[in-house]
Amino acid sequence: MTAHALHGDTRSTALYDYPGPKARRRHFYYGILSTALILLLLGWLLYLLFDTEQFTAAKWSPFTYEGIQELLLRGLGNTLKAFAYASVFSLLLGAVLAAGRLSVHRPLRWIATLCVEFFRAMPVLVMIFFIFVALKVQPLPALVAGLTLYNGSVLAEVFRTGINAVDRGQREAAYALGMRKTQVTTYVLAPQALRAMLPTIISQLVVALKDTSLGYLITYEEFLHAGKLIASNLDYDLPFIPVVMIISPIYIGMCMLLSWFATWVARYERHSLKTEAVTVAPAGEETVLPGR
Amino acid sequence: MKVLTDNFALYGEGFLGTVQLTVYASLLALVLGFLMASFRVAPVGSFRVFGTVWVTVLRNTPLTLLFFAVLLGLPRFGLVLPFQVFAVLALGCYTSAFICEVLRSGINTVPTGQGEAARSLGMSFGQTLGSVVLPQAFRSVIPPIGSTLIALAKNSAIAGAFSVTELLGTYKTLNELGYSIVWTFVWIAVGYLIITLSISLLFHVLEKRYGVAR
Repeated sequence: MTAHALHGDTRSTALYDYPGPKARRRHFYYGILSTALILLLLGWLLYLLFDTEQFTAAKWSPFTYEGIQELLLRGLGNTLKAFAYASVFSLLLGAVLAAGRLSVHRPLRWIATLCVEFFRAMPVLVMIFFIFVALKVQPLPALVAGLTLYNGSVLAEVFRTGINAVDRGQREAAYALGMRKTQVTTYVLAPQALRAMLPTIISQLVVALKDTSLGYLITYEEFLHAGKLIASNLDYDLPFIPVVMIISPIYIGMCMLLSWFATWVARYERHSLKTEAVTVAPAGEETVLPGR
Repeated sequence: MKVLTDNFALYGEGFLGTVQLTVYASLLALVLGFLMASFRVAPVGSFRVFGTVWVTVLRNTPLTLLFFAVLLGLPRFGLVLPFQVFAVLALGCYTSAFICEVLRSGINTVPTGQGEAARSLGMSFGQTLGSVVLPQAFRSVIPPIGSTLIALAKNSAIAGAFSVTELLGTYKTLNELGYSIVWTFVWIAVGYLIITLSISLLFHVLEKRYGVAR
């Protein structure tokens, strides 16, 4: 009996046998040893934190003030605002660019391909800085525009591969019914592709959410910026580490929630009949014909 | 064109800075990612938990926040190193999470029979992983590792904004010198394109050489 059948974690490759009593004891000792090591590391970190006096009342008192809480919340709100704008616009841009790449007109296809390839190859930050410095745009529009250009291009590729992944029979059947090109895409291909692509789209939105923090670098007053303001306050004894300890769980938590949502959607879609046509199976539940 | 020829030394310095950052951070990311991937498939539970936590947390951390915490936070603990080293640390740790996932999914593409055969020959976990599964997984992970490293090269731009010598950082000096800002950025863009295209070329060659269709 190999491990993958009994152990949950290594599903497809048998890297080790199901441990017998001896091996289990050994693993138990390894486990204790490594846990102790990790705890030791954490303890050392905690010691360092105490040693450098990060838990003094002076450093944590600012968070009890309403003004500071408001500052942080406003920063969080600005982050979410940038995220909302960026995700809506990048979905739109993605749809437009994908339509361009799937177009039958060659010049249109070339232009869309050029855009997608260029914006995917550029660092987002270079684009944001270019828009902010060279075009002299306000921080929020600059951030949103940079994020939109990058994520829109990535999403365009996602949409395109999604639409191409829909089973050929679907397209052929739609044409056979006398639908026009646009009708085939909007009524038949896009709805099926969208469901299958939803997890990937959400994962890309996680990237957009993470990248809103780049706004900090162009002085957009987002969450990190608010944190920096508090951290550099001499009155509270430069509470940098407390700020990081408060900001990072919130940031990471938001991204994790969205990531988990993506995995949840993926799991949900895997059991859904409506996305079958996109992967392998020929048709969804609406099909009357047996088989293909 | 004048921006480039006049300030070739500055651009060169920035370009080299980005290349250095990319190379060192890639090495760190590959080593750490390999370690974390083996943790994540290890038989010992606490290793698996550690690997999973590492990957989940770092994948969901905004890189700017990580740079912020590492570059400005670690000095508070009395750890004073050049900014370049901090940047490599932040970039390498961040990317290692992605490398780990790539490696793990690569391990999963190796047919079960390979691992079973190795086990039945009496190989240990380390031997099975090191001399049977990973060499085969290596072939299928070349393209995704390539795109992860390209992402790393692009992410290194963030280090420039934290005043590490780097290609994007050159714009500040040139802007103060009064050069055309648009052309400054054009040449910065060209620099990044050179780096990302060379990585993609390198991995293309590697794939031609080692990537075998199974």
